[in-house]
Formats: sequence, structure tokens, C-alpha cells
Amino acid sequence: MRVLIIEDDPQAAGFVAKGLKESGHGADHAADGRDGLYLATEGRYDALVVDRMLPGLDGMAVIQALRASGHRMPVLILSAMGEVDDRVEGLRAGGDDYLVKPFAFAELLARLEALVRRGEAEAPRTRLQVADLEMDLLARRVRRAERAIDLQPREFRLLEYLMRHAGQVVTRTMLLEHVWDYHFDPQTNVIDVHVSRLRSKIDRDFDRTLLQTVRGAGYMLRAGE
Amino acid sequence: MRLGLFRSATFRLALLYMGLFGGSVLVLLGFIHWSTAGYMARQTDATIEAEIAGLAERYRSQGLAGLTALIADRVSRDRAGLSVYLLADAKLTPLVGNLDGWPAADPEPGGWLDFSLGRSSRGTTTHPARARSFVLRGNFHLLVGRDVHDLEEVQHLIVGTLAWGLAITLVLALAGGAMLSRSMARRIEAINETSREIMSGDLDRRIRGHGSGDDFDQLVDNLNTMLDRIQVLMAGVREVSDNIAHDLRTPLTRLRNDLELVRNLEAGPEELRTRVEHAVGEADGLLGTFNALLRIARIESGARRAAFSQVDLQALAADVAELYDPLAEQRDQTLSLALAAVPQVRGDRDLLFQACANLLDNAIKYTPQGGAIELGLAAEARGPCLSVADDGPGVPPELRNKVLQRFYRLETSRSTPGNGLGLSLVSAVARLHGAELRLQDNAPGLRVALCFGSGQ
Repeated sequence: MRVLIIEDDPQAAGFVAKGLKESGHGADHAADGRDGLYLATEGRYDALVVDRMLPGLDGMAVIQALRASGHRMPVLILSAMGEVDDRVEGLRAGGDDYLVKPFAFAELLARLEALVRRGEAEAPRTRLQVADLEMDLLARRVRRAERAIDLQPREFRLLEYLMRHAGQVVTRTMLLEHVWDYHFDPQTNVIDVHVSRLRSKIDRDFDRTLLQTVRGAGYMLRAGE
Repeated sequence: MRLGLFRSATFRLALLYMGLFGGSVLVLLGFIHWSTAGYMARQTDATIEAEIAGLAERYRSQGLAGLTALIADRVSRDRAGLSVYLLADAKLTPLVGNLDGWPAADPEPGGWLDFSLGRSSRGTTTHPARARSFVLRGNFHLLVGRDVHDLEEVQHLIVGTLAWGLAITLVLALAGGAMLSRSMARRIEAINETSREIMSGDLDRRIRGHGSGDDFDQLVDNLNTMLDRIQVLMAGVREVSDNIAHDLRTPLTRLRNDLELVRNLEAGPEELRTRVEHAVGEADGLLGTFNALLRIARIESGARRAAFSQVDLQALAADVAELYDPLAEQRDQTLSLALAAVPQVRGDRDLLFQACANLLDNAIKYTPQGGAIELGLAAEARGPCLSVADDGPGVPPELRNKVLQRFYRLETSRSTPGNGLGLSLVSAVARLHGAELRLQDNAPGLRVALCFGSGQ
């Protein structure tokens, strides 16, 4: 994917651009809001990473201008302000996701990929499948290699989120926000315990491990080796 | 700095007091003067006028001869020589009377004259006199007067007495004001003195009161209470910064060690990777600590109150329990729920979840393997109470306030992972919601309750 980074701090922009290029994506950089808006409307980008505080034109204003002129590409807002109100304001202005500085690059990449994937118009699905793992969203049943797996409601939601983002890294914070629906800071590895429980149910009796831990980032549900 | 005498408020107050007091005494003395000396002068004038009227009447009825006889009679009867009579013709040549010549003084309007008498009968001294002249028909000039020497003596005596009275009053007022302002100035100076000592760094100093419980003593008490409060706060700030310095030094040292090892490492990429991951982990831990500190500060600023909504504590507690249950299970602990239906509370859903999660996380962390933990929700008279009780080691009563402080950790728990900010955050959330945070003995163990509607 091609990503435009609108960020006035050259070091932060360089960090993101380098990381994106290393993971096989294209990245351009604009150092202020005006250039950023121009590039975003001219070039063809799959996603935007926009800093909230920008010289010239504020990040919120850039997003509002883009949305007003009919551009629908996913936008991830970066900000040093992490309060709930700030998030809500950012998302209302037309942002699709919000990441608070300082952040881990893995978290940024995982969220960007999730945003771009979501953008690729997805028909309402009733079944999800990763390798031989199948989920029936209507009957709320899970099977692997024709064997029924019994899941608690929360485990079901956890697995559903992982399956919807199969092949992508999903971070612990993303899981807390989307599966538990709370913005908070768990002091311990409480998410890991839930994931390892889920893993014991879907992976233990099978040769191939689907639910993998990505060191320093989070988890990934993956069909390939 | 010390104030000059004239810039001191108390001295100016004393001066003002003296001025006001002196002014009112002056008005009073003026009235006394008017009603004594003034009265006597007015009496004299009235007598003279009556006498002139009598003489004029005699002139009208009996002519010049009758008037001359009457004047001669009056003069002869006045042995003391206090009365003055003179009748003169048109050229002011004396015809009859006890004056040698018409006085030279210019008459005031109404014919009143003040002049000096130099009569042999009363020695060589001249006496002041007051008289009134009157022109009769036929252009005869009549003068009737009084020797006012005695009257003036009395008047002088009165004025002198009054002047002395005023002077004594002013002196007494000045002395009284000075004494008053001195004692006030001394007490203010005592406060200033102590303030200067405190400003120069001696924070333990306190102002000494009078012991009389007056408004100065109240001021002193208030200032002392304020100083106590400031000292406690400063001690708190100092303790927190000491703790920050201490608690951040350890991870920073580990981070530095890791980086140093990486620099000197000639090992393969695998070990390099492990070291760098350690370093990233330490940096993340540090960032986490800073974020927690900032979050507590933001909660304490109260800004999030604007985002309050109705929160269902029962559902929230159930969610927290569901999130932490596997963790308790991993440690063979039983997590039981006793959640009664309670009215909704106004609050911040995410913060209340965080607070509840921190309490449960602590209970799981500090209760030994196989322990029992209960998450309870009960309706109390003033509002719902959310509680977490465990049968772990508990917290000694004397340390229960301390564990709410930032970075404070019991010695026995230093080895457990954590940053010592969990309960501080719960305490901040409780304050934000006007809830009371109670730490109680669960005999054995600890029971922490977050009770809404009981705090300030």
C-alpha cells in the first residue's frame, strides 16, 4: 500500500516512513498541512497518517477538507493528546483510527493494515474461514477440521476479530478496544492469558498452529506455514 | 523589610484617631465657649441696649434737662465706675457724663464701639470698654457703655482653660494612639518576623499567638494552619520526586546496561536481538510509568468530569471479572462475584473500569496461589459500593494511607512487578467521582471498597 505521512517532526516521519518501506509499502512525506492536503488530493494513496498538530493547516482541518471534497481514503490520526475527548474529536472530524504518541511501529502498521483492509469493500459475511478453521457467524459455531470447538461468548468475539484480520498483526490495545470495548491500560498480561486460552482450544490438538504471537507487537492468525 | 514610622498603618491609624478625637473635642469646647463667655458678652450688650432705650425714652418725655439729670444721677450712683455715660452735642463736645471726651474709635455698624478707658479712679491702668452710641433728636450724641475689663478677664480664663483642655486631650490621644499602635505594630511585626524567617528557609517556624483568641490570634492560627498544609504538600512533592528518581533509576540503569552490552557485543544476531528486545521492554516500561503518572495528573485536574455519563456498575464489574478470571484461574485462585443490582452512577466508564481492574489486578497479584477473591457490589444508604476482598497478606492499618501515595510499595511487594501507581490511580478516580476509597481489614486479607456518594 502507498501511505502519505503528514507530520512536521522529521524524525517521527522518518521513523514511520522507514518502517513502512521495510515492510514493503510505499511512503511519502509532507511536512505541513498545506503540502499534505495538496499531495493527498493529487496523488493516489491507500491511507493517510496525519499528525494532529501541524504548522500551516491543522491536522483536523486537513481531514475535514479532504472529507468535504469527497476523498474517502482511510486516515489514521497521530497525536500526543490521548484523552477520550481528543479521540472522539479526531474521529468525528473524519479520522478512522487514533493512535497516541509515543507508539510502537508494530501498532501503527497493524492499525494501518486493518484500516486499508476494511476499506476494500467487504460484503456482510456470515462465514469466516482461515485454513481449516471455520466460523459460522449466524449459528455462532466454530469448527476446525470438521471438529466442533466450544467457545465462551468473549472467546468467540476474540476469535472473530482475529479471523476478520487474518494475516495481519493485531495488537493488545486493538483487542481491548474492539473485543472488550474499553479504553484502558491493563497493568498485567491479562490479554495474553485470554489469547493463550483461546489458542489451547483452537490449536492444541492440531499439528499446525494458527494463532501466533508476534514478538514486541501482538498476535496474528495465519493460514500459511 | 521594615516600614518607616509614618508608613506604618498602625501609626497612621493612631494619627487619624487623634485627629478625629481632637476635632470632636474642639467642637465640644467651642460650644462651651459660646454658651459661657459668649453668653456674658451678649448679656452686657443687652443691658447697654436697654439702658439706651431708657435714656432715649426720658429724652423724649422730659427733654434735654430730664436726660441730663438722669445721666448725672446714674453716674453718681455708679460707685464702682463700671458704667460709661456721655452726652455730647452735634460737634461731639461733652455736655454731661463720666467720660472726658468722645472716644476716637470708629463705630461698628449699629453704633457699637470698643475703646480703652484711662480713668484715674481705677488707677493708671487702662481698661477696655464696650459702648453704643445713639443720635437723639436735636443732633445730640448719646454714648452708653460698660467697663468690660472683668468680663474679658473671665473670658480669657475660660478660653485659657479650654485651650489647656484641648492640649491635654491631644496629648492624651496621641499617647493613647501611640500605645495602641505600638501593641498592634508589635503583633504585626511578630508575624512579619516569622514570615521573614520562613522565607529565608526555616519552614518549621510558626507564628506565636497572644493566647487571647482575638482576631489577631485567629489570623495567626489560620496562617499557621496554612503553613502546616504547605509543609505537608511540600513533603508530599518531595517524597514523590524522590520516589520517581528512585523508581526510574532502576529501569534506566537496566536499559543502559543492555545498550552497553549491545555496543560491546561481538555475538551473533540472535543475542543482539534479545538484548535489544530487553532494552525496548525497559523503555516501554518507563513510558508506561510516565503515562500512568500523566493520567493520574489529568484525572486529578478534573477535566474529564465533562465527559461523565450514566454507568451500569453491575455490567462493568461483570466485564472486569470476566477479563481477569483467567488470570486468577492461572494462579489457582477462586474469583467469586456478589453483584447486587444498584442504581446507575454518573461517571467515566473507562476510568471506572480501569479503577476496578487495578483493584482486581492487585488482589490477584498479592494473594498467594489458591487464595479466594471476592468482587462485590452492594447498595448502601448513600450510594453503591464496589469492593474487592481477598485473603492475602493485607496491608497494616498504619500503612493504609501510604499505599495510596504515588510509587509507594510495601517492602514485601517490591519484588512483584508493578509501578506503585495502581492504587494512586484508583484514589484519583475515586476523588474525581466524589467517591470514598476505603481500605479495610478483611481478617485475613484486604478489602478495598469504592463507595459512591460518601466522599466530598
